Amino acid sequence: MKPDLELYDYWPYEGRPKITWPNGAKVAFWVAPNIEFYELDPPVNPLRKAWPRPSPDVLMAASRDYGNRAGHRRVMDVMDKYNVRGSVSLNIGLIDHHPELIEEAKERDWEFFSHGIYNTRYSYEMDEAQERAILEDSLESVMKATGQKLAGYLAPALTHTERTIDLLAEYGFLYSCDLFQDDMPQPINVKSGRLISMPYSLEINDIIVYNAYLGTPRRYGQMIKDQFDQLLLEGEDCGTVMCIPLHAYAVGHPHRIRGFEEALEYITGHAKEDVWVATGREIAEYYYENYYDACAADIAARKGG
Amino acid sequence: MTLDKSYLEYPNRRQGMDHDLYDFSMLDRRKPVAWPNGAKMAIWVSYSLEYFPLDQPSKPFKVPGGMVTPYPDLRHYTTRDYGNRVGIQRIWKVLDKHGIKASAAVNSKVAERYPYLIDKINARGDEIIGHGVDMGKVHHGGMDDAEEKALIKESLDVLRKTSGQAVTGWWSPGKSESWNTGKHLTANGVDYSCDWGNDDMPYQMNEAAGNIWAMPHGDEVWDRTIIMDKKHNEEEFCEQVEDAFTVLNGETDQYGGRVLSIILTPYIMGQHYRIKYLDQILGWIMTQDGVWSANGAEILSAFKEQA
Repeated sequence: MKPDLELYDYWPYEGRPKITWPNGAKVAFWVAPNIEFYELDPPVNPLRKAWPRPSPDVLMAASRDYGNRAGHRRVMDVMDKYNVRGSVSLNIGLIDHHPELIEEAKERDWEFFSHGIYNTRYSYEMDEAQERAILEDSLESVMKATGQKLAGYLAPALTHTERTIDLLAEYGFLYSCDLFQDDMPQPINVKSGRLISMPYSLEINDIIVYNAYLGTPRRYGQMIKDQFDQLLLEGEDCGTVMCIPLHAYAVGHPHRIRGFEEALEYITGHAKEDVWVATGREIAEYYYENYYDACAADIAARKGG
Repeated sequence: MTLDKSYLEYPNRRQGMDHDLYDFSMLDRRKPVAWPNGAKMAIWVSYSLEYFPLDQPSKPFKVPGGMVTPYPDLRHYTTRDYGNRVGIQRIWKVLDKHGIKASAAVNSKVAERYPYLIDKINARGDEIIGHGVDMGKVHHGGMDDAEEKALIKESLDVLRKTSGQAVTGWWSPGKSESWNTGKHLTANGVDYSCDWGNDDMPYQMNEAAGNIWAMPHGDEVWDRTIIMDKKHNEEEFCEQVEDAFTVLNGETDQYGGRVLSIILTPYIMGQHYRIKYLDQILGWIMTQDGVWSANGAEILSAFKEQA
């Protein structure tokens, strides 16, 4: 174990090269629905149990399955209503299990990024060949099912190894959602190629709001609006990125969908000169095209602050 | 330490679920159902009457609501018992006021210890559903099969004998099952289970689960989840009931009849300072257009007529 993987350099939030998103927008906004598959009887990883109860953990597994059977429709309907294309954090195995969901997302020109094979298979203790197999499986399966070359990655259940981030760059991924150090993208130090960290969220992430902060559904909607207001204000100085990560098994319940709908209505009600509604890949590509070099140079010049 | 190569093998990676207990089906792609008398919303209120033994085992997991402190945990034992003595009376009064007939999930130990409750349930006309023997006896993967069969038989025998009801519904303590629970339940004359919270409508499971019907009785709109686990207050609980009703009701024109399951725990919602909020929200729901108060067996029966 190491005290720091030195994946990125310290880079103060103030005084960075000014980012302006398309149309002069101050916030690049994206929504990342996690479309996940949780196995009922997964193999055991020595460092993390998939379920608290012995298999079958009916209570937990059924609650996850609810998202695909029932909650998904509500989430997708709300996103359609406000013209927001999703960037799907996809458990790759779901392509085989539920092609219906993949087709619906494809029809809407949603982006897919990899969230591992299953949310019940963790990266802990994987050797390099195993971790490569996950990435190669992801790239091949998504290309075959959707014609998309994967651009983004979020480790399954946020489980990592020391080599995860380097491997992403080696395989040509554009962005990682695994790092939470900033509200703007940042060039990452990788052994080969290029990679940026893309702001995702563990703050207004529905699972965190509902299960860690124990927020109410109405409070969830208000938190998202408050975050947007703040990032819009700061985006005048330098463009920010805001992501709403969500899970249909949480947000898609009848007692919860309203908070999400109100938040999307509020954000998309802003002018295009304020908010650029995009996907993860679109934000990454725009950043590489326009700001990666300037930001990398600024980081090098200000190393350590 | 490295992971065995089997960790990257996926024998059940195929279309549909990764097991045989039920088939995948998207809610929005099913045939609409119509409830009796043109109702749009079936309102299914259920409550649980539970006995938490002081010597509850903590393996393989502690049952939700179970004992917390070192033995003897009189604090939680008596708090739970409050529900069976006091809280349930307040809930019944509210249900009566709004003409609601409910499903009562009863541990068979409750029926043996407090026959008064069974008589009251019968007098009200509420449906009794099996809820295991007591809260110290959870069903779980890996348990002895003969032990599970005996628990199911004991629970159903006692409830049927003391109540005279058919008892065709089941809610396992802690919503926990073994791989065989469904099969054992249907072999004992049970028609539906409340353990699978993966849908908003009833659906029939496969032979591997005894072809039992899964009822939409998830763990979400439930006072113990929202108030005890999520720490929301009673007004926030009622807001969520209201929002759930509004959303489901709004879907009925497009998708047909829906079910709103509201799960109540006498030792939680039956508290003095909470009961008036339950009165308000149930009063609001029952005065909406097109609502049908029904118990689990009635909802399933109406559903099956159209399936």
